[in-house]
Amino acid sequence: MSGAGDLVIETAGLTKRLGGRNVVNGIDLAVPRGSVFGFLGPNGSGKTTTIRILLGLASATSGDVKVLGESIPRATQNVLPRIGALVEGPGFYPFLSGTANLLRLDAADRYVSPSTRRQRVDRALERVGLAQAANKKVGRYSLGMKQRLGIANALLTHRELIVLDEPTNGLDPQGTREVRHLVRSLTEEGTTVFVSSHLLTEVEQICSHAAVLSAGSLVAQGSLDELRRSGEPRLRVVTPDVPETHAVLRRLGTTPDDDGAPSGAHSVTAPLPAGLTPDRVVRSLVEAGVRVNGFTVDQAGLEDLFVALTGEGFDVVQ
Amino acid sequence: MSSEVTVTRETVAPVRKSAGWRFLGSELSVLFRRRRTWALLAALAAIPVLIAVAVKLSSGPPRGRGPAFLDQVSQNGLFVAVVATIVAIPLFLPLTVGVVAGDTVAGEASTGTLRYLLMSPVARGRFLVVKYVGAVVFCLAATFTVAVVGTIMGALLFPIGPVTLLSGTTIDPPEALLRIALVCLYVTLSLLGLCAVGLFMSTLTDVPVGAMAATVVASVVSQVMGQLPQLEWIHPWLLTQYWLGFADLLRDPIVWDSFVANALLQAGYIVVFGALAYGRFSTKDVLA
Repeated sequence: MSGAGDLVIETAGLTKRLGGRNVVNGIDLAVPRGSVFGFLGPNGSGKTTTIRILLGLASATSGDVKVLGESIPRATQNVLPRIGALVEGPGFYPFLSGTANLLRLDAADRYVSPSTRRQRVDRALERVGLAQAANKKVGRYSLGMKQRLGIANALLTHRELIVLDEPTNGLDPQGTREVRHLVRSLTEEGTTVFVSSHLLTEVEQICSHAAVLSAGSLVAQGSLDELRRSGEPRLRVVTPDVPETHAVLRRLGTTPDDDGAPSGAHSVTAPLPAGLTPDRVVRSLVEAGVRVNGFTVDQAGLEDLFVALTGEGFDVVQ
Repeated sequence: MSSEVTVTRETVAPVRKSAGWRFLGSELSVLFRRRRTWALLAALAAIPVLIAVAVKLSSGPPRGRGPAFLDQVSQNGLFVAVVATIVAIPLFLPLTVGVVAGDTVAGEASTGTLRYLLMSPVARGRFLVVKYVGAVVFCLAATFTVAVVGTIMGALLFPIGPVTLLSGTTIDPPEALLRIALVCLYVTLSLLGLCAVGLFMSTLTDVPVGAMAATVVASVVSQVMGQLPQLEWIHPWLLTQYWLGFADLLRDPIVWDSFVANALLQAGYIVVFGALAYGRFSTKDVLA
């Protein structure tokens, strides 16, 4: 049914200017139908702003947005009934119970059948493990329970696309695992899931595709395999002759990691640039009289790629 | 098992759209399930209770001071409702209405429910209309709370009898109750413009208290301006110009002039501030 090139979300040059700077800077997203799409980026990189624009909550400064084949914001009202979303944390009336909150949001949706409302609400609450707390006031929910309720809201009816913005915020490890199961079961029903996260491991475990956002710009996008391939492989030499190894590697045109290891260290790691073959490295090392006790080449993990793309540390990129 | 199948099949590819009355129903049910709404109504109900008890406890002949009709209360309990309404109009009613109208959009923004309602989806124009209607229903509830509690207190503490109208004719208590209901409708009508002002204020901020305060201030400023003869030229345009002008409804036959003038003025405020609210809200980035 869904041929190749069938995109659920498609943006071209999407830009959002806020307070004199481009919070989202000309991004071209392409989210294939049926995928679990990870939208990665550090805090403040523009993920939530992008999601708000995709869902018609905010307007783009420039660029085109298509969601489920229709233009946003022109066709927002046609598209939104087919989307379930959790954006920037849950939002509920603290003086109403979990059930009453979901009934209210469902009543606002003109496209669903009121006769199945109660049933659908109960089912959604059960799916996120809130059946026991359904009649408790949301004001007395924990952060994690509110988060679950927010996810339940996205599941009130069958959706073609589910957008989850930082879905595991406030969840304990058990809850995080449950979200992973949930996402998997949604994909089995044919729903496309768009998950934003600043946690790489989360995305790596559940996603088939990902995009990496850094300071408002898209720095990488593709299937997880493609992304893994795009990272530079790394070599690792196990040897007692550390200084000599460093010298040889530098001569070959790569910079060994100087991770401040103690002088007794017995291994050296370095990126393996394209054009430098592993056998040439080993031959050079042996010819230089380095005792090579072990030699491995690893594909870069997504984490290395993520750090390389977005920078390391806690500073919010401006 | 079979139920799950029904759910899925029925909800795939939603195309048919319902009239949208359910959202209004849900809005009203949320409004009246809030403890705050009941606290506001209770505060309004306290006015006739205080007036009735104070008049009952005070001995001695009326001295002709205080709000209009106060001296009639001890002879006829029905006047408790009228006096309480007159007392409530300048401050208490605009205060409670300002709280509800100022909360309409900003309150949803501050709880985060605004974005979820808009994504349900609720079109922004429809959202404003439903919110406005909710505030109007509260106005009705507020004015009738004062009148109904006033009538009950009056009946409990004082004799009930025929009422002499301003034109000199006397009407029976049932007809007097109808007139009181008419006054309530007039007061509700008077508050419609203020509701529209509150709705607009509420689209300007994500902090409900700010919008509430601004709305109440608008009604106070308008009343102060109405007191200044130097500003006479502006008086016909003031939001509060006809707020106390329901005396014509207490004549026989009823003179509708002020009712019509008030309706036109309030309609003008609804159009202007409704348009401003829509202009602001339809293009607003919902960041809260």
